[in-house]
Amino acid sequence: MGLLLGFIAGKGLVGALSRVLCSLRRAKGFLALVILLSLSAPLHAATSLDTIIIDRGVDEPIRIAVVPFAMPEALSDAANLSNIVAFDLARSGQFDPLASENMLSYPSNRQAVFFRDWRILKSAYLVIGRAELAPENGKVVVEFELFDVAGERSLESRSFTIERSQWRDVGHKIADLVYAKITGVQGAFSTKILYVLAKDAGSTNARYQLEIADADGARARTLYASSEPILSASWSPDGQRVAYVSFETGRPSIILQDIDGPYRERLTNFRGINSSPVFSPDGKDLAMVLSRGGDPEIFVMNIATRKLRRITRHHGIDTEPAWTPDGQSIVFTSDRGGRPQIYQVELATNFLQRLTFIGDYNARARILPDGQHLVFVHRRNGVFHIAWQDLEKDSVLVLTETDLDESPSLAPNGAMLMYATQDQGRGILAVVSIDGRVKYRLPSSAGDVREPAWSPFLPDPLTAN
Amino acid sequence: MQIQSRLSSLAISLLAALIIGGCSSTATEPVDQQEPVAPAPEVVAPVEVVEEAAPGFAADNTTPVDGAGQPITRTFYFEYDKAILNPGDLASLEVHAQILSRNSDRSVVVQGHCDERGTREYNLALGERRAAAISSFLRSAGVSSRQIEVVSYGEERPQNPGHNSAAWAQNRRAVVEYR
Repeated sequence: MGLLLGFIAGKGLVGALSRVLCSLRRAKGFLALVILLSLSAPLHAATSLDTIIIDRGVDEPIRIAVVPFAMPEALSDAANLSNIVAFDLARSGQFDPLASENMLSYPSNRQAVFFRDWRILKSAYLVIGRAELAPENGKVVVEFELFDVAGERSLESRSFTIERSQWRDVGHKIADLVYAKITGVQGAFSTKILYVLAKDAGSTNARYQLEIADADGARARTLYASSEPILSASWSPDGQRVAYVSFETGRPSIILQDIDGPYRERLTNFRGINSSPVFSPDGKDLAMVLSRGGDPEIFVMNIATRKLRRITRHHGIDTEPAWTPDGQSIVFTSDRGGRPQIYQVELATNFLQRLTFIGDYNARARILPDGQHLVFVHRRNGVFHIAWQDLEKDSVLVLTETDLDESPSLAPNGAMLMYATQDQGRGILAVVSIDGRVKYRLPSSAGDVREPAWSPFLPDPLTAN
Repeated sequence: MQIQSRLSSLAISLLAALIIGGCSSTATEPVDQQEPVAPAPEVVAPVEVVEEAAPGFAADNTTPVDGAGQPITRTFYFEYDKAILNPGDLASLEVHAQILSRNSDRSVVVQGHCDERGTREYNLALGERRAAAISSFLRSAGVSSRQIEVVSYGEERPQNPGHNSAAWAQNRRAVVEYR
């Protein structure tokens, strides 16, 4: 391991990463190894999630070579963009980036590419690129090109002019473009996550922070901090605002806040529960749970008029609403049948149906972008896992093997989900692909991390040239 | 002795009402009219008798004490996934009810808590059900609903941060906080 770490520090991440993944496959994918993302990313804030541990990838990942980008001396303090791109692709579990020290050449422009070099190395795809300082304004011009090695042709080529602060943005953007071109699925590497960081919860020193970070846990910053609990963060569909629950008034209330601006408002502060805010797909309404009438019921608030409409009427627990992608229905957790199960109500007709029948605890559902599948918390033999269900069938696929898994949140492309679990008594975030084959963890040394909320696709901060 | 037996008969009748209420999932009634109502004369009568015992507050004017001046418990524990009061807690709750009935200017926040198993939002609802079971008892014993606020913290404020059954048992609780 010492050798591996020394190697990472000396030669960059890509080579080590590839070795890790190769050994992973040799060990049938069950060996967990640590990749020190922070070593290659000096721009990290101190509170960012610190390491990513890849537990498992697909059996036959796509072989790709991401050549270290040609960069001027003035940019040498930044991570090489190839590290960011290769790490994103490796983290998807679907790619096996080639170790940079195993490369036979280091082309940074089309003329220097010899496809024979990459065929020998069995790379199916090749990414090259370069970054240059624009002397007149201090900005950076980043170019990259993706090649199909067997077909000896260019698949994608882009140029961006960026601020120095957008270094990671452009790395994630390139990874998104490569991923989309090869898999046909929109990449989600440029997305963000919200989560709650809790320190000394329950004690008199308790501190709860609502954090926002890149989807890989880097560049974390605090949106709100309190000595009282925070939970249930939810993104507006345009990615500009967050709704969450704060106990700052001594009871739970629903807060609406700008991600990047000064706006912050307490939307509800009724007696009892005010919780589980979730934006409708069109962003106009907020589903929520209020118990002002005595027991928790699902309501929908029109954000512009603040008018409330009551959706459920049952003396049992009704909570954890989620919208169907068409905005026509809400799924929710209810114990009206005696045990918590997931139900769906059609808003126009109030037509109600139960969706889950296997197991005695199914809760906190989210619906995939296809509208046909659910992910939710499922208790089996007393242990809480994340499970997946095809709505056409009743079969349940358990995606996670750990205990106390909760709060599943889907990536906007529906390919992966992030959830909260525990590792050695500490709350951490973890990611699993929707087929259960790819897994990685995002631990934090800063405290207990929980309640992840994966952003929608966000407006592109970069301008293509 | 007279007091004891009348108190326990009151406790039994209230417990019966709560168990019936708990089983039919009506522990979180929206309004007073829908409460499972305990026989009114039994509630009224002991109050006159126990007046001499004078439960109230300690010198700090915050700590609730029984007639002998001993602090009474403010924390009440629950079984996993349940919101039914423990019969052994009813005597202490009855003293809280007397204190509140005699001090109509005072009020309590009843906090409901859960262990970490299960989803956070569902636990918020379950914690409210636990706090509501306490609130129900107090109101059945004659406390005005204006003196009681129920706040659920779900699993967000554990008493014991551990991840084992001993910690969980300490975290499944409702706490009566005087204001």
